[in-house]
Amino acid sequence: MRSPSPSAASTTPVSRPAAFIKSSLNWTRWLRTARADSRRGPVLTTRHIYILPTRAGVLYGTIIIAMLLGSINYSLSLGFVLTFLLAALGIVCMLHTWRNLAWLEVSHCQASPVFAGEEATLEIRLKESSGRMRHAIYASCAACLQPQSTDIPPRQSGTITLAYPTARRGWSEPGRLTLFTVFPLGLLQAWSYADTDCRVLVYPRPAASGRSSASSTDQAGKGSRDSLLGDQDFAGLRHYRPGDSPRRIDWKASSREQGMYSKHFQGEPVSSVWLDWHETTGPDGEERICQLVRWVVDAHQAGGRYGLRLPQLTLAADRGEAHYHRCLQALALMELPA
Amino acid sequence: MSVTRHALRNFTPQRHDVIWLLLSLLAVWGLHIAHLPLWINGLMALIFGWRWLIASRGWSLPRMPVLLPLTLLGIAGIVASFDGLFGRDASVALLTLMLGLKLLESRSSRDFMLVIFIAYFLTVNAFLFGQSMLVAAGMLIPVTGLTAALIGLQKPQSGSDQGLQLRLALTLLGQAIPLMLVLFVLFPRLPGPLWGVPKDSYKSMTGLSDRMRPGDISELSLSGATAFRVSFTGAPPRASQLYWRGPVFGYFDGREWRADRRAGYLPRESLSVRGEPVRYSVTLEPHNQPWMLVLDMPSQLPAGALASPDLQILAREPVRTRIRYEGVSHLDYTLADQLSPVAERYLLQLPQQGNPKARAMAEQWRAQLPDHQAIVDTALRMFRQQDFYYTLTPPPLGTNSIDDFLFNSRRGFCEHYAGSFAFLMRAAGIPARVVTGYQGGELNPVGQYMIVRQSDAHAWTEVWLPHRGWVRVDPTAAVSPSRIEAGIASAISESASLPLLARRDYPLLRKLYLNWDAINNGWNQWVLGYNQQKQAELLSRIFGASFPLSLLTALFIAVTALVLGLISWVLLRDKTRRDPLQQVYARFLRKMARAGLQQAPEEGAQDFSHRAQQQLPMQAAQIAAITALYLQLRYGRPSNASLQMLKREIRNL
Repeated sequence: MRSPSPSAASTTPVSRPAAFIKSSLNWTRWLRTARADSRRGPVLTTRHIYILPTRAGVLYGTIIIAMLLGSINYSLSLGFVLTFLLAALGIVCMLHTWRNLAWLEVSHCQASPVFAGEEATLEIRLKESSGRMRHAIYASCAACLQPQSTDIPPRQSGTITLAYPTARRGWSEPGRLTLFTVFPLGLLQAWSYADTDCRVLVYPRPAASGRSSASSTDQAGKGSRDSLLGDQDFAGLRHYRPGDSPRRIDWKASSREQGMYSKHFQGEPVSSVWLDWHETTGPDGEERICQLVRWVVDAHQAGGRYGLRLPQLTLAADRGEAHYHRCLQALALMELPA
Repeated sequence: MSVTRHALRNFTPQRHDVIWLLLSLLAVWGLHIAHLPLWINGLMALIFGWRWLIASRGWSLPRMPVLLPLTLLGIAGIVASFDGLFGRDASVALLTLMLGLKLLESRSSRDFMLVIFIAYFLTVNAFLFGQSMLVAAGMLIPVTGLTAALIGLQKPQSGSDQGLQLRLALTLLGQAIPLMLVLFVLFPRLPGPLWGVPKDSYKSMTGLSDRMRPGDISELSLSGATAFRVSFTGAPPRASQLYWRGPVFGYFDGREWRADRRAGYLPRESLSVRGEPVRYSVTLEPHNQPWMLVLDMPSQLPAGALASPDLQILAREPVRTRIRYEGVSHLDYTLADQLSPVAERYLLQLPQQGNPKARAMAEQWRAQLPDHQAIVDTALRMFRQQDFYYTLTPPPLGTNSIDDFLFNSRRGFCEHYAGSFAFLMRAAGIPARVVTGYQGGELNPVGQYMIVRQSDAHAWTEVWLPHRGWVRVDPTAAVSPSRIEAGIASAISESASLPLLARRDYPLLRKLYLNWDAINNGWNQWVLGYNQQKQAELLSRIFGASFPLSLLTALFIAVTALVLGLISWVLLRDKTRRDPLQQVYARFLRKMARAGLQQAPEEGAQDFSHRAQQQLPMQAAQIAAITALYLQLRYGRPSNASLQMLKREIRNL
């Protein structure tokens, strides 16, 4: 398994046998976990399903034992009938609960990047292929907030959206996925672990606004955010270029004529801004990264062209969503200079 | 699993879940409504209504200041209603009350599940009050409803498909039934009780009492309840010979006849029998007394039974469940041809005072008549020739009840005749005692067995004559011979006061009734009477002469595993693998694997085919043909390529 964050990996040197013992003691390693193969996502086959009574199931069992003792004591034949009927119901329920989960496939798991501190949403798609309705399938992960559930019609897919808090920048893995169900009677819980490629790119938290990128080289820093976005005079349309913000696309014009058009405003910055690591100030590297993120966010919202200069990496000036995310990704994964 | 647990605890059931639950609880309540005190029923109706309003109008649930006093009042009410006697009735009332109060504070699905479990438990309690087929069928309604409600609680979203809930509940129960039958038949049965049984559990049982007062048996005769059923091996005896021996009374205190405690010290009376025995088996309804009814005169003891010196057959415990036993009796017998002086003294016991006229008459007979037989005949002649009437509604008798009956009212039922006859005999110096039991019985042609009802209850006497021993004398026969020959319905003029089923009119109704009784008898024998003994009987019937019960557990586990395996196989088959084409193609892949060619996971059928053709040039054409067929069947129009062809090709490979 990948370690939760790249920075944590190389902090303390641990001798190999100790690491081995430690990882062996971590019993979760020995659990059977459904994994993806080259053809499809993790499938919850018969080997991967665990099943145990829920608390309600234990109570149900206790009540059946009480009923059995009562029936023996009072020689109630119908008492035996009902006791055995309910016991058999519990057993049948076990099979139903088990098969409610069996052979589901985690066909897809997707998460959009978020800023640190925000909640990421994991979208998990489960595929049903055995032609049975699946009721109340829950998904959860170790770091997730609340298990969520869905019903999946026969031979279709269902989507479960899990919320997941993030704290630190970088790739974050929600951990092994737990899929479970207690349907139909809530007496037993069947569950499976699935390893997915699900991971969330967590952008660094933007620093508080106010400190503009004053030392940057040209106009972008000078104009306030408002004047750049709101009250400008419309200057006309120009052909859409990749990287133009979708907000600027003039959909009406684009549908009327052939081709896509972007709105162009008077006073929009023409030249580009350089957002430079060496321009940032702060007590530590993480805060300087946050500062850069703030600048990227502001520059992106201003709609201008901006470039990013980091110690090991330089991203040429550009604009648009893709560039924006490229910059944020670079910042999220940036290794601090020694 | 802590991650998964709390999600399931916290969601609030939706309105239709509550309605479902309320309807199922109504059905559970319905099973009990007849044996709950009126105020509990009223309270439950109130609680159900209230909970319904809470669900439908969105009212809030009552809080502690309301619930706590309600709980305390309810418990106080139960203590008051049942006089502090905490038996069956009180515990059922308490359980019902608990269910209602829990319902009033249930908000989460977990609470509702607890309510459902209590309701399941309450359902089983209904069988303490009766286990007829009707109750058994009635049980299915609440059980189905509760299961459906339980299913509804597991669906946090879009659970509004009530049909699905009910269908699934019925499916689950349907699949549970085979397993239930296996458990019922093979689960090793323990004989109860494991602990004490509340005293009031048997209060409604009727039957012969341990004493006899004027009016007792005529009261019992008004009950149409079945006392026991008998199936004879061979032809049943004539009706006039059907004397079913019950409690024997040898002590008279001037008012009532009861068993002589001292008789226990007497030696067992000798019995010699002649002729062929009558063999039969009795299924006795529970009556909460130890006696077991047998045909006069029992020559062998049923298994596990005891006999008193005067040949009363007793079970070791009061009969509280339906029991079945084999009886062997001889109709031609001599009982106690010798009587010890001590026994004779006991059997002549009479109170010091009372009934002077009857005593005087008996003294006179003793002085005038030559022997005991003549005295017996004279007494019977008196009953036959004077104005004695056989009636279910005799007038009440005064302090000297025997005198009052013999010389004033002269209207009585069998206990009057038997009691006064035994009194006269003792007064005349003849040892005599009263025997109670049943006389007659109705043959049910449907089930080939005899029904003996409480209305057949009877009392007669035995007198001891030198050289002959005990002789049965039935003074009622002298008054009303048809009582003995044809049953009570023909002997009583006011037949309308008899229970409907003891009467002989309405032939069609009787026929229906006899059919119904035969079904009921089967139910009693095979469902309600299914115990350790019956289990052993059934197993030896299936597995030959003697199935050792020590193997029962093994058999039970084996059959349960078998049935469970079968159900699992039906339910858990992986249907994704049941694509026939895929199976056939898999056979091809297996053949190729044996030739050392493995299809790679990312390799499609076509790519694999190319590779295989290169590696196995000898079979190249066949491999190509098979792949083409497969591809056509899978993706093309399957008209000109059949699965059979593909199968053949693969076989030939």
